[in-house]
Amino acid sequence: MAFEGIGASVRRKEDARFLNGRGNYTDDINRPGQLHAYVKRSDRPHAKINSIDTAAASKAPGVVAVFTGADIAAENIGGLPCGWQIHNKDGSPMAEPPHPVIAVGKVRHVGDPIAVVIAETKQQAKDAAELVAIDYTDLPAAASLAAALAPGAATVHDDVPGNICYDWHIGDKAIVDGVFANAHKVVRLDLTNNRLIPNAMEPRAAVGDYDVNSGEYTLYTTSQNPHVIRLLMGAFVLHIPENKLRVVAPDVGGGFGSKIYHYAEEAIVTWASAKVRRPVKWTAERTESFMSDAHGRDHVSTAEMAIDAQGTFLGLRVSTQANMGAYLSTFAPCVPTYLYATLLAGTYKTPVIYCEVKAVFTNTVPVDAYRGAGRPEATFLLERLVDAVAYDTGIDRVDIRRRNFIPADAFPYQTPVALQYDSGDYQTTLAVALKNADWAGFEARRTAAKARGKLRGIGISTYLEACGIAPSAVAGSLGARAGLYEVANIRVHPTGSVTVFTGSHSHGQGHETTFAQLVVDQLGVPLDQIDVVHGDTAKIPFGMGTYGSRSLAVGGSAMVKAMDKIIAKGKKIAAHLMEASVEDIEFANNTFTVAGTDKSKTLTDISLTAYVPHNYPIDELEPGLDETAFYDPKNFTFPGGCHISEVEIDPDTGTVAVVNFTAVDDVGRVINPMIVEGQVQGGIAQGIGQALLEAAIYDESGQLISGSMMDYTMPRADNLPNIHVATENTMCTHNPLGSKGCGEVGAIGSPPAVINAICDALKDYGVRHMNMPATSGKIWSIINAGPSKMAAD
Amino acid sequence: MYDFAYQKPGSLADAVKALGADGDAKALAGGMTYIPVLKQRLAKPSTVVDLSGLGMKGISVAGGVVKIGAMTTHMTVANSAEVKSAIPALAALAGMIGDDAVRHRGTIGGSIANNDPAADYPAAALALGATIVTDRRSIKADDFFTGMFSTALEQGEIITAVEFPVPAKAAYEKFRNPASRYAIVGVFVARTAGGARVAVTGAGQGGVFRHAEMEKALTGNFSAAAIKGIKTPPNDLNGDIHASSEYRAHLVGVIAGRAVAKAG
Repeated sequence: MAFEGIGASVRRKEDARFLNGRGNYTDDINRPGQLHAYVKRSDRPHAKINSIDTAAASKAPGVVAVFTGADIAAENIGGLPCGWQIHNKDGSPMAEPPHPVIAVGKVRHVGDPIAVVIAETKQQAKDAAELVAIDYTDLPAAASLAAALAPGAATVHDDVPGNICYDWHIGDKAIVDGVFANAHKVVRLDLTNNRLIPNAMEPRAAVGDYDVNSGEYTLYTTSQNPHVIRLLMGAFVLHIPENKLRVVAPDVGGGFGSKIYHYAEEAIVTWASAKVRRPVKWTAERTESFMSDAHGRDHVSTAEMAIDAQGTFLGLRVSTQANMGAYLSTFAPCVPTYLYATLLAGTYKTPVIYCEVKAVFTNTVPVDAYRGAGRPEATFLLERLVDAVAYDTGIDRVDIRRRNFIPADAFPYQTPVALQYDSGDYQTTLAVALKNADWAGFEARRTAAKARGKLRGIGISTYLEACGIAPSAVAGSLGARAGLYEVANIRVHPTGSVTVFTGSHSHGQGHETTFAQLVVDQLGVPLDQIDVVHGDTAKIPFGMGTYGSRSLAVGGSAMVKAMDKIIAKGKKIAAHLMEASVEDIEFANNTFTVAGTDKSKTLTDISLTAYVPHNYPIDELEPGLDETAFYDPKNFTFPGGCHISEVEIDPDTGTVAVVNFTAVDDVGRVINPMIVEGQVQGGIAQGIGQALLEAAIYDESGQLISGSMMDYTMPRADNLPNIHVATENTMCTHNPLGSKGCGEVGAIGSPPAVINAICDALKDYGVRHMNMPATSGKIWSIINAGPSKMAAD
Repeated sequence: MYDFAYQKPGSLADAVKALGADGDAKALAGGMTYIPVLKQRLAKPSTVVDLSGLGMKGISVAGGVVKIGAMTTHMTVANSAEVKSAIPALAALAGMIGDDAVRHRGTIGGSIANNDPAADYPAAALALGATIVTDRRSIKADDFFTGMFSTALEQGEIITAVEFPVPAKAAYEKFRNPASRYAIVGVFVARTAGGARVAVTGAGQGGVFRHAEMEKALTGNFSAAAIKGIKTPPNDLNGDIHASSEYRAHLVGVIAGRAVAKAG
């Protein structure tokens, strides 16, 4: 048998069904008697609703019901809850205005649900939705951070003056200001982090199915965390107890964070299925996805680094404005705070850091975590600022990083912004990346490119991220309204095959393979005798789901703990069968052995005995071989590494081509190298997309200009180079696997590497900074303006 | 999409009749633009008249003219040995439209009748001095394209073929919109018996247009150097989130230069 355990690039078990079109996605689910919902959405950025007339729609062919915000308000239904509470500088809680399931009184962004039509067919529902007559009074909109913070700005929520959700900070301002006052030099950079639209391949969908006989509701939904949806929707919105609510997230075609949150449509179909006593399905059209899936990023920041004469970082001071959109999405408040400002030490031993963050409501789609969630924003800011320090001081970009790295012998390392890193070796990841990218040979490539009329540049990013979220008590103390442990149930069947039930959720990550490899490694069961079950609250004890690169570090650790219990129980059974002391039983390679003898029993012998307990220590031990573990992580995990990007710019058109990309990441123990490589490559593709192409653009009135694939530029194969991925790993010290997380490192580390390369390519034009995306038009403007332009947007 | 009646006439006369009798009827060729328009509910035709039963397919070359049936797909043109031999730039242009799926469905007649301001074929038709043949007359390309999404076609008039005079040399280059991959600027240059012709698509507010100054320069000296430095005024060009009118104006020069160099 080929090696299938930890470290084997086993082919993904799930790919046969995905590649053959046999996946079972939410939209593939059709319940008997099913109706279809169409959500009529606001085409106004900000407007008062004077009246809604549903009479004509209600009489249209095939229509079963039309619901508005008033119908929802008349029932015992809450608004969509926010799962994280941030406190202001003065200790008061953030503003948390209501987020109605369907708009009441006002619409606050284009895409805000205003009515739901339920009909026999989707076409009929859509036809009837056009007959819903709404009388609006348009209101001025605050469509950007600048507009929302301007004096006299439109107020998105009447009870939130100035549109400030919170004004938060971390660090000691007085100490940091003191360091800056005495510093040799201060390097300042103003920068934005562009707003992104996630665009998972599968649009969101939901099917609600109410069983009149049992009173049980089932929601099938495109979710990364079905138990979280059950908790939020059951407890806060529809008031359905957990025993009467099942949430199933079957195959899910990509999430990137956008499918973490509890969305209005999930509550609508679940509630409506009981109102109309028939199952109700809703599936987003792509245009709806653009205006209703939570967006990502959207920061405006000022960053300052105080340095001494040698370029040593003395202190970092950051002020950030973060766009929340019109309402607070489920985890939005934690993204620009505890997933952002706590990352500002990066890989550097900056001794003091102060960061203040204003979160702001605007008349735009809510913004929440998107692949990387706060860490890409922190990394872009820090890695651009470090390059600005190099630019302003003339110190080499690599040298300045080497001088300021946290040394490999300094771990555990306490940063000034709350986190304590457990392991890492930044000099090594840097050194390997420089070698893999042939950094030393770059100037020759630049010269050769120049001869071809191209401007070539190289850029580096030595990033760090915190993932594997999170110790529940720590998260709770920072405002989380949930625990962040994970759950695994390992069921060894009578004949020795294994089913793993995990609270993690796979929506492209390959869990069915990686998790099975953990079982191969620990229990010695062949891969084809292991199945991984996820995504169904009726099957899995509990779970917090998949985001923040937590599934292996937290979910996998729960599996290890559950398998430890299996082995411990198995040893007792084996000791009984072989008439030995439990202390003398050893387990390895699927076999229990009496130490120092040739007496042994296979796991199958033991599982069969456990389920057929004829000769069994029944007074001391329950039958069965089925164990559950809840694992609460002791700390975050801290992947880091070095990304190097090489670009060529066509000066005639301003077009950028990423010609080389080299990643050397420290992700801790690798279970399946092929899957890790795929995860890193996918993340880098998204990072290059952010750096060069993607931008959610609203006009001043609040209309989403980049509202379709015709105008929102997703990265495609021809935008990407061959991406060279390698790992140089130090082990996580606090979880049993030593694994860190690889799902987001690509999207976190790569954007500044690309922009740093572009700035390098344009150094003769005096370009010190460029905001993302670096479109050809933007670059042409710089080149057209000629050399020695001091800054560019 | 909204409900509509559907007809698939078997003769050109029947198709003309169906379209001429009803101002809200609409002809459907390959549907690569119109079906998305219908799906987005941006149009509400009474009747969709499907032209796929009319034949009007195929390519012939005679007397220095390449004649392409209106329902001929882009893929057929791109792969046609006759077109590759007579006007290689035209075959190359067809191979640059959309993606494989679009090229297998989209037709030359549909593209020219739609006159999308960022479509490729109008540039070829205008630069090559093509003749658009309809059920009732022949229209010179110079008279055919009358503005963005606007042509000289009358209600119910159906393009049956497009005739391209074979030029001495020609080439097409385009700078793509990174999202839609339509032309932000596309330039078709041709050296014809009557002088050089340059047609620009993607850039103009009024759709495809001829670039008189470049034509004059190239007629005297058909080389990239001849048009280097010719400025295109940005005033009448499009500006959007992907390219300002000034950037487009600059790109017209760059892309035209590349097209001329490519034409050799």
